[in-house]
Amino acid sequence: MEILLAIVVGCLVATGLYMMMRRSMLKLAIGLSLLSHGANLLIFTAGGLTRGQPPLIPQGETLPPAPYADPLPQALILTAIVISFGLLAFTIALIYRACHVTGTDDLDQLTTTET
Amino acid sequence: MKSLILQTAARYLLPLLALYSVLLFLQGHHDPGGGFVGGLIAAASLMLCALAYGVPVARDVLPIQPRNLIGIGLLSAAAAGSVGTLQGKPFLTSAWVKLQLPGFGELELGTPLLFDAGVFLAVLGVTVSILMTLAEEEEEE
Amino acid sequence: MDLLVAVLAPLAVAPLMPLVRRFAGRHVGDVAAAIPLAIAVYFARYVGTLGDGQSVAFRRAWVPEIGLSLSLRLDGLSLLFVLLISGIGALVCVYAGGYLAGNRRLGSFFGSLLAFMTAMLGIVLAENLLTLYVFWEFTTLTSFLLISFEHERQAARAAAMQALLTTAAGGLCLLAGVILLGLIGGSFEITELIERGDAVRAHRLYPAAVILILLGAFTKSAQFPFHYWLPNAMAAPTPVSAYLHSATMVKAGVYLLARLSPLLGGTDLWTVTVTGVGAVTMVVGTVLAFTSYDMKGILAYLTINVLGTLTMLIGLGTELAAEAAMIYLLAHALYKGALFLVTGAVDHAAHSRDLRELSGLRHRMPLTALIAALAALSMAGVVPFFGFLAKESYLHAVVEAPRMWPLLTFAAVVASVLVVAGAGLVAVAPFFGTLSEKADRAHEAGFRLWFVPALLAVAGLAAGLLPQTLAAPLVEPAVAAIVGEPVPLELKLWHGVTLPLVLSVIALAAGVALYVSHERVRSVFDGTRVLGGWGPAAWYDKGVTLLDVVAHWQTGFLQSGFLRTYVTVILAMTAGLAGLMITHFGLTFVERETIGVRWHEGIAAGLIVAAAFVAVRSTSRMRAVVALTIVGFGVSWIFVLFGGPDLAMTQIVVETLTTLLFVFAFYRLPKFSILSDRATRFRDAVLASSVGIVMTLLILLATGVDQYEPTSEYYVRSSVTEAHGRNIVNVILVDFRALDTLGEITVLSAAAVGVFVMVRLVAPKGGRS
Repeated sequence: MEILLAIVVGCLVATGLYMMMRRSMLKLAIGLSLLSHGANLLIFTAGGLTRGQPPLIPQGETLPPAPYADPLPQALILTAIVISFGLLAFTIALIYRACHVTGTDDLDQLTTTET
Repeated sequence: MKSLILQTAARYLLPLLALYSVLLFLQGHHDPGGGFVGGLIAAASLMLCALAYGVPVARDVLPIQPRNLIGIGLLSAAAAGSVGTLQGKPFLTSAWVKLQLPGFGELELGTPLLFDAGVFLAVLGVTVSILMTLAEEEEEE
Repeated sequence: MDLLVAVLAPLAVAPLMPLVRRFAGRHVGDVAAAIPLAIAVYFARYVGTLGDGQSVAFRRAWVPEIGLSLSLRLDGLSLLFVLLISGIGALVCVYAGGYLAGNRRLGSFFGSLLAFMTAMLGIVLAENLLTLYVFWEFTTLTSFLLISFEHERQAARAAAMQALLTTAAGGLCLLAGVILLGLIGGSFEITELIERGDAVRAHRLYPAAVILILLGAFTKSAQFPFHYWLPNAMAAPTPVSAYLHSATMVKAGVYLLARLSPLLGGTDLWTVTVTGVGAVTMVVGTVLAFTSYDMKGILAYLTINVLGTLTMLIGLGTELAAEAAMIYLLAHALYKGALFLVTGAVDHAAHSRDLRELSGLRHRMPLTALIAALAALSMAGVVPFFGFLAKESYLHAVVEAPRMWPLLTFAAVVASVLVVAGAGLVAVAPFFGTLSEKADRAHEAGFRLWFVPALLAVAGLAAGLLPQTLAAPLVEPAVAAIVGEPVPLELKLWHGVTLPLVLSVIALAAGVALYVSHERVRSVFDGTRVLGGWGPAAWYDKGVTLLDVVAHWQTGFLQSGFLRTYVTVILAMTAGLAGLMITHFGLTFVERETIGVRWHEGIAAGLIVAAAFVAVRSTSRMRAVVALTIVGFGVSWIFVLFGGPDLAMTQIVVETLTTLLFVFAFYRLPKFSILSDRATRFRDAVLASSVGIVMTLLILLATGVDQYEPTSEYYVRSSVTEAHGRNIVNVILVDFRALDTLGEITVLSAAAVGVFVMVRLVAPKGGRS
């Protein structure tokens, strides 16, 4: 499963980066989103996989029953998911504004700071 | 966008989702959930309302401006952190009190709960603010 | 503490100067002069107490991590320089107040001048080499401001830039050398280093350190082949030239050599390089003086001659040479300062400094002519001026040089002959002869413009008449500091008929003869101008042009402004470096227990990959967004399967909201279009795929690495006991790592504000909309 997920991460990163290298701004946003999925999965997989045991401690105990999934990568990813939502929203607003002002989607047309 | 099915569904779903988000937030310290998910689901419920009835109605449902929510959330989180500072410990050190409620048992209250509430409000405010800003622009077209 | 106050006082007052200008008006220079004067008086009390090599120290840690401490030390050598800097500084302030009277930027001029004073005092009092370097660069910066004071003139700007680039490049070499020295000797404190001198000189990096430090000193002191910036720097107002380019800043290099000669000196490398470069500079400076008709230009070249002589003497390293260097340094500060200031007065009165336009000025400016004559006599080394002592002592040192003495003596005599003739050029030619047209309109300059040079010139005469009383208390401790032991000094005009005296007289006679026929001699020296085409100044120009071209090219190449260029460069580097590592070290996967793949997990993984490729290949926006949503749900499915319910919930809700985000903004967003050609797309695909492969390999390698106890075990153990929570992920977020979370919601808030501003705030009418 680790190998399979590693390949999935590779594909997500590759597709995300490919989209980020396009001239179209909307593709940039989609690439960004794919890339963050890839990054989240990367942390998740690199932290070690445990099937079906969330890091929760039963009532009255002080330790979760082993084996349990590593909580630290999960905390990192949870933060990353919400942050990447904020980033995506900001990117889309930026594209929205840029298209509104310049009337083009082509990054190569945005060569001057004046319009 | 105004479909009758959606409106009817939203009427029942909105309070349920809102309750669910609060539940998730409250149980978050012990079971899956927490301020992030809670805030996001609360935002989702409001956006459902916005989709069904339009943004102005959704704005009325929310008693205060989403941007003010962000501020309140950030301040609550910072206040929770300052409790530690006031006790002479590092910023964000948690502090707990145990309350004995007659007939109810024992209740533990701590600054992390206030902090999580801050996260809840901030996430709710941020999400709603972003989405409503874009949605209103869409409706004006 | 007192030392630090003295060093920083001018800098502290500097920002107030524009204000002082407003209140003091014409007297701003006199007010400014009070500070260096106070410093001079303060330090004067140390005269006579440091003769046996004692010193006064001050030390405070500054950046202890890199061995930088603010340590100052006052010994004999520092004291001589401090008194020159503050004494001449005070005089120059008074003079400049008259010279630049009415200039509207006089306030900022004095501000820069005082800041420069702090820098100079810092250099000569620094005990820590890094502290010294900081002040060293500060002189470069402040001198840039002073040279370009008349920044409306293109020549002034170019000269300031040239001086800045040359001395700053040398400064960087100095920094590298200082760091090397610190690493070799294990300290940046000069006295500590000197104690470990033998070890330092035996170290294999010693030559590199010496060459780097010498480059710093040579550029600062305008040694050949870096002498070209000094004559150009004469674009500065004359008081600045007198102060920076004669009395103080250019001597910083000489000071550094003198300061470090106990540490670095004595080796063949040091002696040959320093003596050789000094001797060449000494001759080149005098020869070039005869190619100029500008009085200031001639003085600048003659200053280069003196700087060369001082460098040569320090390179020799003998006790006699150290004595001669300090005597000459003092003498030069007095007579050259006076001559520069006289030139300023002439320029002020006759509006020209060109020898071809000036003659017979003594009829209009008799007082100035007299001062010029006094200073020039000292410069030419005529009895009983202090310059005579200086000339005799340095000829003595050269004659007694441990090696190469015939060659050095010859060079010294030639240079002396030319210096005598040069003295004639600046002090006789403009003042005598028939009254020229320009000179006829001149008149005696104001009080400040003759009084200050007169003080300096008379001091040169007094020091010559009473050397043991006036000069020895300054020179003796300085020599003791260089040599490292007390040196009894006996200064007197008459030593009997010695070889130096004979040489001195020959030089004087030949110099006078040369001056008489200087018009004819000039044509010979003019020949050296042809060489200028291949000279260091031309190399400087070529270097600057090349730098411009390279900078332009690399900025255009690396900073294209296109995101994908940046992404491409970063990715190419990442993939390239990773590939290099893999081919170099090979891949070693640690055998490790892995979890098998169940069929529904396989489906989830396949769905993610398939949806990602659909998103890439799609030509419709809607399809791409839907595919993206599928990727998100697939990822949350993985989270559910592998023990991350919090993640899964968050991911699903965010995915829903993201879809909403796209939907709301959808019709305002551009349609998908294929803008790149096939070759570009292929190249990008290859690049992106290789980085993807690197990531896959990274995970496979990383999961095998298990070197430390995972941090999370601490969180798991203390979750219930300390944080009273059973959902460990949530406890980490709101308790253990709450600061991160606080940061995160702050960033989110900023994003929300950003979105609001970009979407809702429309530029006002008339602007861009």
